Parts: sequence; C-alpha cells; structure tokens
Amino acid sequence: MAAATAPAPPPPGVRTRARDSAASWPLADRVGLACCWAAGLALALVAAAIVIYMAWKGISQLSPSLLVQHPTGDVDQSKAGGFLDPIEGTLLLTLIGIALAVPIGVATALWLVEYGRPAPLARAVESSVEIIAGAPSVVLALFGLTVFSNTFFSFMSFRPTGADLAYGRSFLIAGIVMSLIALPLVVGATREALLQVPNHVREASLALGKTKAATIRRVLLPTIRPGIATGTTLGMGRIVGDTAIVILLLGNTLLTEPQEGLPGFGLLRGTGSTLTSYVYGNSPAGEGNAPEKAYAAAFVLMVIVIALNALATRLARGRDGGPAWIR
Amino acid sequence: MPEAALAARLRPARRWSRPERAELWLGALAVALLALIAGMVVFVFRQAWPSFSGNGLSWFLSGGNANTQLADIYHSPADPSHYLYALRAFPILYGTALSTGLAVAIALPFSVLCALFMVEFAPPGIARLMTPTVRFLAAVPSVVYGLIGILVLAPWINTHLVSESFKLDVKPIVPIGGGGLLLATLILTVMIAPIMIAINADALQNVPRSWLEGSAALGVNRWRTMWRIGVRTARPAIAAGVVLATARALGEAIMLAMVSGSFIFSPNPLDGLNFLLEPVQPLAATIVVNSEGLTVKPFGQTLYAFAAVLLVSSMMLSITGWVVRRPLRRQGVR
Repeated sequence: MAAATAPAPPPPGVRTRARDSAASWPLADRVGLACCWAAGLALALVAAAIVIYMAWKGISQLSPSLLVQHPTGDVDQSKAGGFLDPIEGTLLLTLIGIALAVPIGVATALWLVEYGRPAPLARAVESSVEIIAGAPSVVLALFGLTVFSNTFFSFMSFRPTGADLAYGRSFLIAGIVMSLIALPLVVGATREALLQVPNHVREASLALGKTKAATIRRVLLPTIRPGIATGTTLGMGRIVGDTAIVILLLGNTLLTEPQEGLPGFGLLRGTGSTLTSYVYGNSPAGEGNAPEKAYAAAFVLMVIVIALNALATRLARGRDGGPAWIR
Repeated sequence: MPEAALAARLRPARRWSRPERAELWLGALAVALLALIAGMVVFVFRQAWPSFSGNGLSWFLSGGNANTQLADIYHSPADPSHYLYALRAFPILYGTALSTGLAVAIALPFSVLCALFMVEFAPPGIARLMTPTVRFLAAVPSVVYGLIGILVLAPWINTHLVSESFKLDVKPIVPIGGGGLLLATLILTVMIAPIMIAINADALQNVPRSWLEGSAALGVNRWRTMWRIGVRTARPAIAAGVVLATARALGEAIMLAMVSGSFIFSPNPLDGLNFLLEPVQPLAATIVVNSEGLTVKPFGQTLYAFAAVLLVSSMMLSITGWVVRRPLRRQGVR
C-alpha cells in the first residue's frame, strides 16, 4: 500500500541535517567558515610539528646514560657527559619554590576570602599579588640578584674573597624568587576553590560550635585540597619551565656545587644548573653550543612540563572548567 | 565534666584567643607579602632613577647607537661622580613595541577564528582534540620555543629569505642572520595565541544559549549567528585575552634573546620586506643578555631602568585588564 511505503515524518524534536548547510550560505559567510577551518587546522599543524620534531630529535639523541651521568664541560660531545646535575637542579629548585609558595599562597588566599578585613588592605594585597602575576620574571630575578647580593644575605650564598658584595646566586635564592612566580597561581587556585565552597558548609560548622579557625582547619582545608593541588601543580610547571631566573640567580655552573657548611644547607647555598639553563647554555645562544644535548634535555624538560600540566588539568576537572591553567 | 573545667570554658575569652590569633597570623603573612611586593616596586624605581634623571626625557628618544652607549656605560669610570648614564633607549622600546604589537595583531584574528572553530564549527572528533592541543602549546617552556627557533627556523630564514646583497649592504651597520623581527614575531605569536584562544573559547561557550537560539530561530545562519552574536558578546573577554597575551609577550625574555638577533636596532619600515629580517632586542631580552654587568653600578642602574619600564607597562596592563573585565561581570558572562 502507498501509505505504508511513504517515509514517516520525523518525530518532533529531532533536527534534520538539511536545516542549515554551509552550501546555501552567502559567499562571505562561507569564506569566514573556511578561515575558521584554516585557523584551527593551522594550530593543530603547528602543535603536531613541534611534537613530532621534538620527539624525533629528542628520542634519537636521548640515551639512558645521559640521564645518570654528570656533565663535563668537554668540547668533544662524546665526552661531555649527561645531564644528571641539571635534572637534580630542576627537582631541588622546584621543591624549594613550592615549599615556600604553597604555605604562603594558601594562607594569603585564606585570609583574603575568609577574613579580608579591613577591606582596603585586602584589596591592596590582592592587587600586589596581581602585580607579581604580571611582572616579567626577569624583573623579579634582577630584584633578587641585587637584594641578595647585599652582604647581610651572604649566609644564603657566599662572599667571594676580597669582594665587598655577596655572590647573590644560589639554590636557596633562586628558589625564593621562584616561589614568587608560583605564588599567584597558588593564590588564584586556592581562592577559586574557597569561593566555590557553599556558605552553608561554613555555617554548619560554626553552628556546631567550632571556631572560625577550627572551621578553616577541619572543614575548609580538606574541602579545597584539590584546588590547592591544582595551584601547586601549575606553579611547579611554571618553575620548571622558567629560564630567566635560573640564568640570573643560579650561578650557571654546570655541576651542582655545594658550598661548605652544614650538609643540607651547604647544598642550598651552592650553585648549579637546571634543565632550562642547560638547554639555553647548549643552544647557539649560550656558551656550550651542543645542539644534540640541547634537544635531548629539551625533550626531557617538555615531558616533565606537559606531565605536570596534564596532572593539573586532571585535578581541576569537574570544577568550573575555566581556563585556570593559563597563568 | 568537672566544675573547674566548665568554669574555664565559660570564662570570657582572652583578647587574642585562638580564633582571632588565626586571623592575626594569616593577616600578618598577607601584609608581609604586600610589603615585600610594594618594597620591590619601590626598590626597582629607586635603582632606576639615576638612569632616568641622568638622561631626562631623552632616555625615551632615539639618537646615537644604543649598543655603544651601553658599552660606554659598562666601561664608565669607577669614580661615582664620573658615572656615565647617556642612553637613548628608543630602539629597545621600539623593538619591544614592534615585536609585541605585531605578534598580538596576528594572534588576535587567528585566536578568534580558532576559538570559533573549537566551540562551534569543528566536528566533535576534532573539537575534542583541540583543547589538549591548545593546552600543549601554552605549556611548552619558552626555552624550547627558542631552541626550535634558533636551530631550525633561523638557519632556514637565513638561507632562503635573506638575500646576500642585502646582507652585504648593511654589514657595516647591522649584522643580519636568520634571527630578527620576523622570527621573533612568529614564535611570539605561537606562544601567546593559546592564551587568547583559551579565553576566547571560554567566553564563546558562556554566551547565553538563548541568544544564539533566538538568532537561529530568526533564520540567521550559524556563521552569522556566531559572528554577530557570539563574538560580539565575547568582546570584553577577547579584550581581556589581548591584555594577558600582551603581558606575556612583554615579559618574554629568553626566547626573544635567542631568536631576535640580539642586536639593538630599529628596523626601518622603509626597507620594504627586509624590514622584517632586521634584528631587534626587546627590553626583557636586553636585561637577560646584559645581566652579567649588573655589578657595574651605572650599568646595573640602567638595567633597572629597563626593568622599571617593564614593570610600569605590566601594571598598566593589569589595570587595563581589570577595566575591560568589568562589563563581563556586569553581563554575567564572566
């Protein structure tokens, strides 16, 4: 029967494909759409080119021995050693920076959100955090170098014989300045997390007779732990990837060179290098000029930074999903 | 509960008892941070002052060769009354403005189109890949970008784009290698575009659905809906993205030190396309390249003058960002 073979009308609410096909658009709109595709694909292409090139160069130059050998300054690249010390330096510097930035950042964010009075003072603290978030890291490094070159701070680095200034470059000093660039990220992430905690949670705790301090410690801090973790990871990524501070403040010695003093503290007062400064030093812009080593170290660096970013994304997922990972 | 303990509990709290003490400690820490940062800003300006006062407003003008001026400052006599400060920093400022401005100008339309693609026009499979791609490009350390620039792109530009005759013509004045304005702008664009794309995409996603549907219901096609309603609504966010990206481009030091040619020079637009191949040295790169000379007092103060200019620019950008984000909050579009 004819009625049975006729196509059934689409059920209400289901869109048909032919509704808005680009073929029926005016030319200008189609050009716009084409530009959109071109931009998107160009971006993907650039990213793919970087990934493939760095992976190819990095993996072909990288060997396990590079990761465990100390570097030597040898001109002959087969004898120049690996980059164990830069990797150690990166880890140590990140550790110092984060150990300083996280407590201070979390405390600042807690005060801003939970207390924040007097209000003008809170506003001033907020804008000062914004200032260091926007300040270029070279400026912070320059500031750190001059301040810590003061003889008063010579216990943090050392005082070259016969000099009237301290050396002003060491792991501790670089770590302190690094904590400044990680700080805005920690403050930002913690603040976002605190603002997302509904007020009735705080009120419930206060209604049970807890003091405000106890509420913060027992209720808020456990709740915002993912936020703090996100900020920490982002801060670590920033520290691992920063070069300017390392070049100015870590002394640019190829090996980790502890100063005399207590075993642990001597290391903190010593100089060294990180993966970023190793890459810079081995590029044609630096003194080393050993592109193979630079590629291998850059590959390791990239893997670390991207892993940290992926971790931050994963930790931040489920919350508002805004672009909190940018700064 | 024993009577004594109960009585102790009911006693009025001492003035800075535990809860208030927490506020005091946290507040003190925050204020210490404020003091540190304010101190830093003041310190930078105080250090920079001799360089500005020694030159007056002509610090910002052009004249002479900034490379030799910097060398003279570096070799100035040890006697404080004979310190040299003469510097005409215009080529450095111009180089900064040029590389930053060009990169932002290229990245702006590109990032808007990319964000539109991600949010609206990409097929679901590709759209899912775009977010990690943008994150990846934003996460790559600047030294890696610099390495690719100096080892891969600079030699390519040097052999394919720079003509020998041009190189010989200008050899007495300025060395031309692969690194220069073109390369610096190009890599800077790749570095800042992801920031802008992320912010634009976020804003486009937050455009109220009903506005777009209203437009579509009137028979407007998808492109015009997104262009007229989506992009227009997201305009404050796009401006905020520009501000953030500009701040990043201004502060970028290492990558630019590697690929910008590292020679203080003002590229001349009258040179035609060769203009793009001439070297620049932006502020932040100048600081990094010359950081070894910080111990020479007048030279260090000159570096601090560069730092002060950077600091003022970034603070002005923060304020601009705050101003342009205001309409976002008012509209509730974030």
